[in-house]
Amino acid sequence: MNKENYIPVFDENEMKMVEHHKSKYPAQMAAVMPLLWMIQEKYGWISVDAMRYVGDLLKLPHDHVLGVATFYSMYFKKPTGKYHLQICTNVSCMLCGGYEVFHYISDKLGIKNKEITSDGMFSIEEVECLGSCATAPMLQINNKEFHEKLTLEEVDKLLNNLRNSN
Amino acid sequence: MEKIILKDIPDLDKISVYENNGGYAAWKKVLSQMKPDEVIEEVKKSGLRGRGGACFPTGLKWSFMPKGNDKPKYLCCNGDESEPGSFKDREIFEKNPHQFIEGSLIAAYAMGIKAVYVYIRGEYWKWINIMEECVSDAYKKGFIGENVQGSGYSVDMYIHKGAGAYICGEESSLMNSLEGKRGYPRVKPPFPAAVGVWGNPTTINNIETLANIPEIINKGGEWFSKIGDPKHPGTLLFGVSGHVNKPGVYELPTGIPLMTLINDYCGGVKNGKDIKMIIPGGSSMPPLTKEESLNMKMDAESLKAVGSAIGTAGVMVMDEDTDIVHVLQRITKFYYHESCGQCTPCREGCGWMLKVLNRIMDGTGRHSDLDLLISVAENIEGNTICALGDAAAWPVKWTVRKFRKEFEAKIKEDKADLPAANKVHGLRKSDEYMTISDHAEQGKVEDLMGKVQELTQNEDIKRFSS
Repeated sequence: MNKENYIPVFDENEMKMVEHHKSKYPAQMAAVMPLLWMIQEKYGWISVDAMRYVGDLLKLPHDHVLGVATFYSMYFKKPTGKYHLQICTNVSCMLCGGYEVFHYISDKLGIKNKEITSDGMFSIEEVECLGSCATAPMLQINNKEFHEKLTLEEVDKLLNNLRNSN
Repeated sequence: MEKIILKDIPDLDKISVYENNGGYAAWKKVLSQMKPDEVIEEVKKSGLRGRGGACFPTGLKWSFMPKGNDKPKYLCCNGDESEPGSFKDREIFEKNPHQFIEGSLIAAYAMGIKAVYVYIRGEYWKWINIMEECVSDAYKKGFIGENVQGSGYSVDMYIHKGAGAYICGEESSLMNSLEGKRGYPRVKPPFPAAVGVWGNPTTINNIETLANIPEIINKGGEWFSKIGDPKHPGTLLFGVSGHVNKPGVYELPTGIPLMTLINDYCGGVKNGKDIKMIIPGGSSMPPLTKEESLNMKMDAESLKAVGSAIGTAGVMVMDEDTDIVHVLQRITKFYYHESCGQCTPCREGCGWMLKVLNRIMDGTGRHSDLDLLISVAENIEGNTICALGDAAAWPVKWTVRKFRKEFEAKIKEDKADLPAANKVHGLRKSDEYMTISDHAEQGKVEDLMGKVQELTQNEDIKRFSS
């Protein structure tokens, strides 16, 4: 699992990146989304302290950053498991077994939607369409790689690989 | 048929391969030989209509942008692509990203724009990385940046990564998101061409729309206007999913029969089953029954004629065994989740529709629920700032109308008693059920407590509010 608590701080290189993001837009408020992404990349999730930190960097009211962070579903406002499995159950996936995949993983790991396994390794989330309709059913891991055309055997293999890669 | 966007050339995502196959020729031609107005005229001549769902003529949209350089102007390329059943822009990012980049540069030139923002949904991590690389390659080759190809024209291009909000595909919401705000849609007018991102004139185009532009410049608007249906010319990237043997993205001329698409290109329905329902353009579009599908042509006008729309051309095919009620419940759950919460009809209405559909699925639905669903949908439709309200209402309204039997079969209640909803509604009218304020008005305050108690005991009200 990601750390429950952390002190948000960017190092020198990351501060250069912050400046780069600011330079992309005519108003620096626009850099709030890229900066929240940077926080999440570094710490795995976005704490309220981190939102304050981003607000201070961009000279924005803290509540504005809180408002942005809570509007978008890909910003995690709580720690997730080391591997956060985002399983699509929207129509095209549903027609091809998205819910079977979701329930299978849920039963296998013994956790419900948005819960974390006790070892902190996995968390699962039922998500909306990820634009992988022709290769359904599918899941995404940690907002990154897509795993498409899943079968239950492949799910087993995937979970084992993730476990063993530790 | 020759493809315009998804060409069968390997490694077309590499800038050298793209250039060797005539890439960036249109951009060079525009910079050296064409005036901005000539570009807009050529696009108008082509008859190209937006590929994001609204089918607005692209050339006309561009012509709304003010001339001159009093204020900075912006182009936003909409790659948010979150409509369930749509996955075509992803294919462009992967197979032919430079053609899209070239198209957006030409668009920027035509409107005198100096900064282009490409908004890509955050879930497209892989494709955002591809695009970052492609844009950086185009900078290195001198196609973007200061004084492009010695023309004196300068333009910059930036990628903006979304963070998982369907609503940000709506153009004014996209602008708010780009500005670093919550993705709330804006009231129109003012339209983006007058007051857009950072208060400046802005045009928002879909990725696929822009990817068509280089070939229109190379081969002429007239050539393009002769492809497919004359009123909606060009090719479309049909994203077919669901119960077909070969789901995928197929680039085909507009006006192609739906059955040709399904049977000849997608290998027919899985396991030789029959079709029950087809959603022709992403989950917001009213569905088609099997009978409607048989002779349907896939272009904006033909679908409009039967009360549906081409949308994003994301075709979802459902076979005879599909539980339509479950499908509608899942669609409504999506809109309930994605409603931004600004307008009451959409925020509350989506929740109501989901609640009603949930109880029909649970087997505790009532016959009156079907009219209730249509009534709620009709009260959302047209009463919201943006089109998400309509997008949530249409599938409910039309699926219930067209597949009413499927819903009725799930309702066990055998007698259709006086609808609970009507009773609650009737409270205000009948003597028996006067509202609390009516009593207060008539000075019968002493009766009030008794009436309130009576009302809370009423079985129908209990059921209705449960």
